[in-house]
Amino acid sequence: MLLLALDTATPAVTVALHDGSDVVASSSQVDARRHGELLLPAVDRVLAEAGTRIDAVTAVAVGMGPGPYTGLRVGLMTADTFGLALGVPVYGVCTLDALAYAAEDIEGAFVVATDARRKEVYWARYDDTRTRVTEPAVDRPADIADAVAGLPAVGAGALLYPDTFPRAYGPEHVSAAALAALAVERLAAGVELDPPRPLYLRRPDAQVPKNYKVVTPK
Amino acid sequence: MADEPLVLGIETSCDETGVGVVRGTTLLADAVASSVDEHARFGGVVPEVASRAHLEAMVPTIERALKDAGVSARDLDGIAVTAGPGLAGALLVGVSAAKAYAYALGKPLYGVNHLASHICVDQLEHGPLPEPTMALLVSGGHSSLLLSSDITSDVRPLGATIDDAAGEAFDKIARVLNLGFPGGPVIDRYAKEGDPTAIAFPRGLTGPRDPAYDFSFSGLKTSVARWIEARRAAGEEVPVRDVSASFQEAVVDVLTRKAVRACRDEGVDHLMIGGGVAANSRLRALAAERCEQAGIQLRVPRPKLCTDNGAMVAALGAEMVARGRAASDWDLSADSSLPVTETHVPGHSHGSAHGHDHVHEVGKGNLYS
Ligand SMILES: [Zn+2]
Repeated sequence: MLLLALDTATPAVTVALHDGSDVVASSSQVDARRHGELLLPAVDRVLAEAGTRIDAVTAVAVGMGPGPYTGLRVGLMTADTFGLALGVPVYGVCTLDALAYAAEDIEGAFVVATDARRKEVYWARYDDTRTRVTEPAVDRPADIADAVAGLPAVGAGALLYPDTFPRAYGPEHVSAAALAALAVERLAAGVELDPPRPLYLRRPDAQVPKNYKVVTPK
Repeated sequence: MADEPLVLGIETSCDETGVGVVRGTTLLADAVASSVDEHARFGGVVPEVASRAHLEAMVPTIERALKDAGVSARDLDGIAVTAGPGLAGALLVGVSAAKAYAYALGKPLYGVNHLASHICVDQLEHGPLPEPTMALLVSGGHSSLLLSSDITSDVRPLGATIDDAAGEAFDKIARVLNLGFPGGPVIDRYAKEGDPTAIAFPRGLTGPRDPAYDFSFSGLKTSVARWIEARRAAGEEVPVRDVSASFQEAVVDVLTRKAVRACRDEGVDHLMIGGGVAANSRLRALAAERCEQAGIQLRVPRPKLCTDNGAMVAALGAEMVARGRAASDWDLSADSSLPVTETHVPGHSHGSAHGHDHVHEVGKGNLYS
């Protein structure tokens, strides 16, 4: 198998290629504002580094978030369309799960928290690196202080709010290498993976901006 | 003809997920999924709602377009996509899809301008565009007069709205009259039963010292709203049909008057009208009447090709392929304020004669006669 993994749900634009036993190439760039620009060139680079072409890919795995929507959609739309064009399956992986999977140094239960902006975090609790025990949620750090008290935490959301997460560790952002490895492990174990759906967790702001569509140059 | 370029076009600049397939200037498929119903209760397009809908609709809409066209993705000569202008987050969904699709299929990618696409779509209806072409683009997002000597490389803005787009004015007046969203079709319907001369609403920017080709609909909008409010305050019934007809007449009077004048001034003997408001029946009728009087040939695509759709993007993409224009790079980004003068976004590696430079010098008046 050749699994292409990508994730744009955090400030990282991250891509990896997994051949079923190992990650054969990967790329991670942190630039929260340029997901759309950076993703395809990163895919191209990773494939070139592995000495292969996109038509050799047999499956795609993509981070479903939760994450800031505009960036999140870049990864999901790209993965969906790869699936369509190549005729291969596309699997969704919760981005927090991939972050948890990379937190190898932590023993026992812990929390994953990423930055949800607007002074909130996306978060979930884990019993170990493979076992999530709560649904992903979005909350203000102060409001979940009791729920996460005493637990170590990983991710940029934990590092941002030391009052709530006094024991915060890296990795800050998700890596597609971890996401790929997790997807391959689940597939090998016969676990049914999710369809690729965005985990928005918030309703859209139902605000029609003033002069929302005036785009003609003066 | 089989040797004409076969191009798939993707459009997501606003609330329509459009995927079209064309061969040269022949329309093969025009699949559109709209999220307009989800926006109706907000009285306007909510960008995040539109972006979410684009992501969901994209793959099924591509599949439907290919099926309708009866072609295989492998046979495509290129993928075109609206790179801008439009809603940033919405554009980004389409650009991401187009890049992934082109890359996975090994096809060239063409990021093209939404406004130039609105003009180019007429090729699917009336054959190759005359050069130069005068275009009046009117929709909820744009109201502009454009002159193009080559739709793939040279679009010159003559004038544009200085405040609201024409379609926005329709939406806002429909809201004041409690007619719902979008406003264009319902006002058109009521206006048919009303008297366009019942109320003398102002014609913006039509004084002798006003810019000849710019538009303004904000004053008209306020004037109509005040008139309605005065009636209501006096406890009188608002004559919805007459208000609709008189308001609509004020809009289309200015649009057609200025478009015909631009044709005369520039020595262009035909006019194309595009954008969602070009579906308005009174605009079509008055434009036909005035063009006839002025000896100008009018080209207006069928209403479905006037509103945002993927076929128009495919039409411009096919023209890019036919004329050997440079493809875009894989780092193509969505540009919510892409200038109309940038008809497409060629890659850096190809060397570019575009940007804001024009092959034709502007400002010399009757350049194209
Ligand atoms: Zn448009």
